[in-house]
Amino acid sequence: MKHTISVLLQNKPGVLSRVTGLFSGRGFNIESLSVAETLDSSVSCLTLVTRGPDPIIEQITKQLHKLIDVIKVVDISESDYVEREMVLLRVKAEANTRAEVLRIIDIFRGKVVDVSPKSYAVEITGPQSKIKAVIDILKPIGIQEIVRTGTIAMARAKKF
Amino acid sequence: MKLTGAETIVKCLEEQGVEVMFGFPGGVIIDLFDELEKSSITNVLVRHEQAAVHAADAYGRVKGEVGVALVTSGPGATNTVTGIASAYMDSIPMVVLTGQVPTALIGNDAFQEVDIIGITRPCTKHNYLVKDVNDLADTIREAFHIARTGRPGPVLVDLPKDVVMSKAKFVEPKPIRMQTYRPTYEPHPGQIAKACKEILKAEKPVIYAGGGVIASNSNEELTELATKLGIPVTMTLMGLGGFPGTHALSMGMLGMHGTYFANMAVSKCDLLIAIGARFDDRVTGKLEEFAPYAKIIHIDIDPTSISKNVKVDIPIVADCKYALTAMNRWFDVQDDFNGKAHEEKLGPWLDDINDWKRRHPLGYVEEGDIIKPQFVVQKLHELTKGEAIISTEVGQNQMWAAQFYHFNKPRHFLTSGGLGVMGYGFPAAIGAQMAAPDKIVIDVAGDGSIQMNIQELATARQYKCPVKVAILNNSYLGMVRQWQELFYDKRYAGTNLEVSPDFVALAQAYGAVGLRASKVSEVVPVIKEALATDNTVFMDFVIAREEGVYPMVPAGKATTEMLLA
Repeated sequence: MKHTISVLLQNKPGVLSRVTGLFSGRGFNIESLSVAETLDSSVSCLTLVTRGPDPIIEQITKQLHKLIDVIKVVDISESDYVEREMVLLRVKAEANTRAEVLRIIDIFRGKVVDVSPKSYAVEITGPQSKIKAVIDILKPIGIQEIVRTGTIAMARAKKF
Repeated sequence: MKLTGAETIVKCLEEQGVEVMFGFPGGVIIDLFDELEKSSITNVLVRHEQAAVHAADAYGRVKGEVGVALVTSGPGATNTVTGIASAYMDSIPMVVLTGQVPTALIGNDAFQEVDIIGITRPCTKHNYLVKDVNDLADTIREAFHIARTGRPGPVLVDLPKDVVMSKAKFVEPKPIRMQTYRPTYEPHPGQIAKACKEILKAEKPVIYAGGGVIASNSNEELTELATKLGIPVTMTLMGLGGFPGTHALSMGMLGMHGTYFANMAVSKCDLLIAIGARFDDRVTGKLEEFAPYAKIIHIDIDPTSISKNVKVDIPIVADCKYALTAMNRWFDVQDDFNGKAHEEKLGPWLDDINDWKRRHPLGYVEEGDIIKPQFVVQKLHELTKGEAIISTEVGQNQMWAAQFYHFNKPRHFLTSGGLGVMGYGFPAAIGAQMAAPDKIVIDVAGDGSIQMNIQELATARQYKCPVKVAILNNSYLGMVRQWQELFYDKRYAGTNLEVSPDFVALAQAYGAVGLRASKVSEVVPVIKEALATDNTVFMDFVIAREEGVYPMVPAGKATTEMLLA
């Protein structure tokens, strides 16, 4: 099962390699990983998406927590959460498909960020399911280049 | 007052109570060697950096303190990796200081530069590259703190030459508070109660004690619990000495070369109480068939050890000493608890175990004049009254020592348990002797593994360490040969040591003493002479060439599927 794990860690050199080394050394898989500093520049937030049976996920969270530079580990997919990913796509857009591409991007509330005579570069944000949907639709038209940020996620606040 | 980095380090080491450390110098670390020479610390000069780390490991184990090793950059640092990885797997508190090229050169492929931080990241508890002399003192203190607290382990501090040479105001020590590192020592009282109730219910309980009992100094608490309730105890290789090996409740070691009765007891028990052990594959054999009828209680300070290999019913994250004390107190305050009655309830279970013991005790077959290695270890035990500190290499020698030297006290058995390092035992014996000058220290070795760090004869001589090395010499890499005999149709590929040095002459060449026994009748006189000699002694025991270690659970098999001879 897919799990989205949020890790707060000290923003020091080598910390990311401790995390990735842990995954490669123990044979855990990382589907995506995204990291940047928080409001406190000495602390980074890392969001990683992984898949595995429950005992493996339990090991992953425990092993992450065991790293000295790790402050907090939360498997946020255990409760309600929002997730977003951004993708940049360069889509083939020649005379006969330019309008069609724009329409599709509009439906997905995407933005054109670069234009050339034969292509559009577009930016689309959303949960993984939406990213997948837009890719599936644009693929037959021709995706020339793709760059994804990996998922970032946040637990929903308690409503009451 | 401003101090140089070297002065700061030495001051911090003294602050930490370091008396002896082990090292080998080199270009970028000369300043620190220079400073140490002026201090009260004995800096033992080994002959290979790997030996420095093993010696520090053993020194730490025997003293119950943090061992310290000091080496130079590049090859000095890479040579420590085996020792660090071994200490990491065995949870041994240790600080390794490595020299590094000046900060301005890092990343430039400078002479003797290596990214030792990157290399040791997966085999240290934590590591540091100190880039600013102002951070130096607190980094060293944090390194010791991390090494000795929680689940102990090695911590490496990489010291660029300019940091060691430049000056900064000395930062006075203050209590260490780390936001991200706070090990759990106190057990959850609810879990303790749950565990104790389960123990009262059990009819066939077994205690499975590991190295955590020794690391946390909780051998007395363990003995109290076991004897209070009459629960039989088996130990892992790392746990030997955590419970008296000659006690009636001791079943000795379990696992691949464990006793028949320990493995049978675990496979039939209805409650397994794991204390500071980690369900290693050499202990469990085939996981699906390990303790199949048992509920499992697991006490460990490291949450990652719990439910890693085996699903645990009652996890207790705590220091073993705290947890065992809490359990003992729990039983003390139960009005209706009667130790005697409980022991009687377990009578039939102990009868079963004693029956297995009678049917298949640990043993070996005598063969006339030919020396059996088990006999040598038995005699070592007898002639040292079980009081010696025993280190081992890895392989058959290690298993025979574990099986036949019945350890009654903790911190008397030194072995590379997790990583299985050949070449550990001899430097470890030197480290142990430095820690306990009045003790008899014996390295039980094989003729193969002794050669992996045999250069340390010079260190032993230089520091007047009267360690005794009992070489069980079968001219084979015996453990691998045994596997080849059993599972590879006796094709002894790469295991026949056709050429070896004359160990007696070799010892003499270093100014040590060499003795040899080739027949049974010579064993006791040789041991006696060695023990009476105030010098390093190599005892070359020419043993039965194809003797095997039994019982043996073939890799991947259930622990009940033991080969008995």
